[in-house]
Amino acid sequence: MQEHDELSERTITPPAVIGSGQTFASVTDKISSIALRRRTPIGWFVGAGISFMLAMLLFYTIGYLVLTGIGIWGNNIPVGWAFDIINFVWWIGIGHAGTLISAILLLLRQQWRTSINRFAEAMTLFAVACAGLFPLLHTGRPWLAHWLFPVPNTMGVWPQFRSPLIWDVFAVSTYATVSALFWFIGLIPDLATLRDRSKARAAKIVYGILAMGWRGSARHWHRYETAYLLLAGLATPLVVSVHTVVSFDFAVGIVPGWHTTVFPPYFVAGAIYSGFAMVMTLAIPLRKFYGLEDFITMRHLRNMSKIMLATGLIVGYGYMTETFMAWYSANTFEEFMIKNRMTGPYAPLYWSLILCNILIPQILWWKKARGSVPLLFVISLIVNVGMWLERFVIIVTSLHRDFLPSSWSMYRPTVWDFSMFLGTIGLFLSLLFLFIRFLPMISIFEIRTILPQAEVHEAGD
Amino acid sequence: MKRAISFREDSMNATPKLYGLMAEFEEPTSLVNAARSAHEEGYRRMDAYSPFPIEELTDAIGFHHTKLPLIVLIGGIVGCLGGFALCYWVSTTAYPLNIAGRPLNSWPAFIPVTFECTILLAALAAVFGMLALNGLPQPYHPVFNVPSFDQASRNRFFLCIESADPKFDETTREFLETLGAKEVTEVEY
Repeated sequence: MQEHDELSERTITPPAVIGSGQTFASVTDKISSIALRRRTPIGWFVGAGISFMLAMLLFYTIGYLVLTGIGIWGNNIPVGWAFDIINFVWWIGIGHAGTLISAILLLLRQQWRTSINRFAEAMTLFAVACAGLFPLLHTGRPWLAHWLFPVPNTMGVWPQFRSPLIWDVFAVSTYATVSALFWFIGLIPDLATLRDRSKARAAKIVYGILAMGWRGSARHWHRYETAYLLLAGLATPLVVSVHTVVSFDFAVGIVPGWHTTVFPPYFVAGAIYSGFAMVMTLAIPLRKFYGLEDFITMRHLRNMSKIMLATGLIVGYGYMTETFMAWYSANTFEEFMIKNRMTGPYAPLYWSLILCNILIPQILWWKKARGSVPLLFVISLIVNVGMWLERFVIIVTSLHRDFLPSSWSMYRPTVWDFSMFLGTIGLFLSLLFLFIRFLPMISIFEIRTILPQAEVHEAGD
Repeated sequence: MKRAISFREDSMNATPKLYGLMAEFEEPTSLVNAARSAHEEGYRRMDAYSPFPIEELTDAIGFHHTKLPLIVLIGGIVGCLGGFALCYWVSTTAYPLNIAGRPLNSWPAFIPVTFECTILLAALAAVFGMLALNGLPQPYHPVFNVPSFDQASRNRFFLCIESADPKFDETTREFLETLGAKEVTEVEY
């Protein structure tokens, strides 16, 4: 296996995106059996149980929050935005790798995306669901959330279309919708496979309804492929626009540390960085636990670590530009902001973020490091932490020392801030556990297309 | 749609309720060759079924154009105009806010929402347009009556010549057998 990968990295001939000796039947049976088997592995129950308990913590927090008010959180003037937006940006960012893998790598004809796109897309969907909870609950009265949308109402009030916050509503809801559609469309042929393979009557009915009568007709495939390609083409600018708009939430404001033109590209790169880290965090245990080393090969892990390295460097460039501009602009407030970030009360967090996001991932320059699965797993966790710290630093350090020293204050998260954050991790993992139990986590039909047998040999050629 | 109606006419007129003849293949190449031969032979009302998309197959059965890109384009244009119209109408007519005399039609600020609406409508058009053109969801289709058709979503390849084809007659079965099919089955309604 190892040697095989080493070899394929050197030659230009088909890369080892799939283990050798697989057939149409074997890939179908292997992947569909994970969803169709009757016995659920004990490990699944343990993992799903822990995740579900954390999700319960989320529901408890939400219940308490709605009954009491957002005063249970630690944010207060001058730090009016804290965990709620940190976690929102963090989760949205994680989602971006899913779209990048499924859409951009599809357009770039990167065949290796095939075995990781399905669960990366699921990850996107669940991450966006977690992200959406934060602004929704930060409104304080989530039952009036429909006021965010241009709904005719008796008050005669309409949203302010010049505000980045309303752009955000449109960007995130469009993103959630398009990601869900993309994911579901990708699932249809595999749902048909599960319908045809399942023995249990209930499973046959449920998969049958979801597959909508898909029969693999050549005409259907042709339109399907056209739709899929067009969706990928639409999702690509969309994913870039979403994090750009998220960065506008900050960049359009005049707060020192936020009001920067580098924010959109730097946020998009950061999103992809954290997203790939999360894909890695999920893919490594999954391939081990379900024995999917033939599908999620070392090639995938190596490519992902290269993307992480590249996007990590872009993020590093973003930090440098921020610092440089603070000095070059000769703006007192900007200069103070960056000094305060590096030496102020939250300095340990700033330096940990530099350590997690910039210094440690440089290990990935070494080929040996890219080949070591445990090391990649650890680095991916570190990057996840680092990207969370980045959002904390950007948001909290910019707000807690604003223009008037009389209003300076410190932000301290409360236990409810942490319970809500942990709770969304629980919700995310619970949804993911349900997904890998009931749906094919790897796109079966796309794996069939990359098998050598799938090639049509023309008689005339 | 047209096809669905003609199915009903067939089943009412013809006594043996035959949808068509289904040939089963083991390799994608044999299916493509068979489909091409059938098309050359003059058969038009036929369809091929495979567990994954095969580019050559679409050409082989003589299916070239789909209206889908046009539908997506229309969706995108409607979304774009609609998104901008929404921002414009709200900001200038429904709820104008005079802030230091700045222009009400501040169009650069409307671009993000316009863009998102464009993408949203185009994506919805792509998904629902594809499903509509494919006639999905479809609760029943005769091809599922073929016992081995559950392998069409695994590792088998099928070619079905429909009885509605003008050239369809007793010789069709023999013709399909000459194409190297593993098995030829009658597809009942």
